[in-house]
Amino acid sequence: MSLRLGGGSVSVMGRIDIMNNEEKNSMKARCKVVGLASAILVVALGLLYSGGSVNAAAAGQITGSVKLDGTAPHQKPIDMAKEPSCAAVHKDKPATTESVIAGANGGLENVVVYITQGLTGNEPVSTQSAEIKQEGCQYVPHVVAVDAGQHMKIVNSDQTSHNINAQSTKNPAWNKSQPAGASPLDATWNNEEVAIPVKCNVHPWMHAYIVVVKGPYGVSDDSGSFKLDNVAPGTYTLTAWHETYGTQTQTVTVAAGKPATVSFTFKAK
Amino acid sequence: MPGKAFAVVVAIITLVIAFCVITHVWWMPVDISAHGPKIDRQIEETIFGAGILFIAGQLVLASFAFLYGDSKRARKMKAFPGGAKSLIVFACVVVGVEILVLSFIGSKAWASVYFTPPDPDSLRVDVQAGQFAFYFRYPGPDGKFGPLHPELINEGTQNYFGLDPDHDADSKDDIVTAGLAIPVNKPVLLTLHSKDMGHSFDVRELRIQQDFVPGIVIPIHFTALQTGKFEIVCTQLCGLGHYNMKAYLEVMSQADYDNWLKQQAAMQ
Repeated sequence: MSLRLGGGSVSVMGRIDIMNNEEKNSMKARCKVVGLASAILVVALGLLYSGGSVNAAAAGQITGSVKLDGTAPHQKPIDMAKEPSCAAVHKDKPATTESVIAGANGGLENVVVYITQGLTGNEPVSTQSAEIKQEGCQYVPHVVAVDAGQHMKIVNSDQTSHNINAQSTKNPAWNKSQPAGASPLDATWNNEEVAIPVKCNVHPWMHAYIVVVKGPYGVSDDSGSFKLDNVAPGTYTLTAWHETYGTQTQTVTVAAGKPATVSFTFKAK
Repeated sequence: MPGKAFAVVVAIITLVIAFCVITHVWWMPVDISAHGPKIDRQIEETIFGAGILFIAGQLVLASFAFLYGDSKRARKMKAFPGGAKSLIVFACVVVGVEILVLSFIGSKAWASVYFTPPDPDSLRVDVQAGQFAFYFRYPGPDGKFGPLHPELINEGTQNYFGLDPDHDADSKDDIVTAGLAIPVNKPVLLTLHSKDMGHSFDVRELRIQQDFVPGIVIPIHFTALQTGKFEIVCTQLCGLGHYNMKAYLEVMSQADYDNWLKQQAAMQ
């Protein structure tokens, strides 16, 4: 049989020809089962899809911006002479610390905005994989937010080894090394934790934060804007966290189909 | 026949090693320090003494193997006069005297580094070792180092030493750098302290290898006589990043050093 199968289409035809009736019947039955299963799957997927889109239409959105009132503290340039391959990456523009990054229009970057009160507890965990990259001996991005249980990919695109020292206190802390060219690491955190400091002991200037929350979250970009998607209508307490300036809270009411807008202002110390 | 072959192999190995050592095939890198010649001389003397004993011992072994190794004739074994006990006592005395003599001669080289007070006009640099990097601190124009507050150490803001310039006046002008630059021909006094555990400061060209011991500040002083860039490595196994724990020593002209320090001060 196997020889014939290997022989090409003619042999396959031959295989069907030599089937006895019993075999033909069982095959028909199997076809029915498969057909039915596919139909159920298609309907189920359709339902799921339409259900999802219904939710998205009904769910509101929170958008807003974070401003910095005052001047950001001086960010020190980083001397990477110890790691020549990384120093070469930054030779035109030295990398700096990132404890406060203010945009041109007074926006404050790297603020994580999330919901601390008003969630039902049934919010889905984001299925997208978050990512943090080690690039030029820096963590990119400097602040990453994830849902508790959400997968995160940790990538080393440098020509040197790094170790990722996640100094969590509410989740198991770990410290793994990742040589140059190694495949990405996958990590998840099951408990909420704001925030987990991450460092590399081989390159002590490398510093990042991983913020583990439940429910929708947003991280402010270089203009200070953020967005929380898929927020069910209701009243919430929003918390904005910044690594240097701490936290602020605000109450916001979200109506269906209409984005609620909030703004936070952090005062430069 | 195997005895003679063994003798020839032993003799060849001995002579090849002796040749490599005498002609410095693999030798230490060039010495750039003022105290280095004393250490190099000490190493030469030790290798010379040990080398003569090594060559003599191996050649005696080879000649005995050559002369008697293939002999089938039973011979009466000769014992050391007085037996094993006196042999061991004799060996202990010989080795003991050898070690004492070497230490006595070597103590001069040691004392020239450790028992000589540093030049009062030395450039002072504070060196901190931590897993897995060295950081250096210059006192700035006031010549004073501010106090350290380990609880304030924060890599995210590059506060590697735990300085508090807002409250400590002496810390305001301290300059923290990732590399060690020094002017040539200028006495330098380093104070070594560790942030976490045992490390070592090793610059082969300076002929200095000094351990960091947590909780102790260890002073070490030297004068570099040549400009150039040299590697500072940790030579005390300190964890998974030990292999990459290094920094660079740059010995510069006074003018270059002044410029460098100005640049570093601007980066604080």
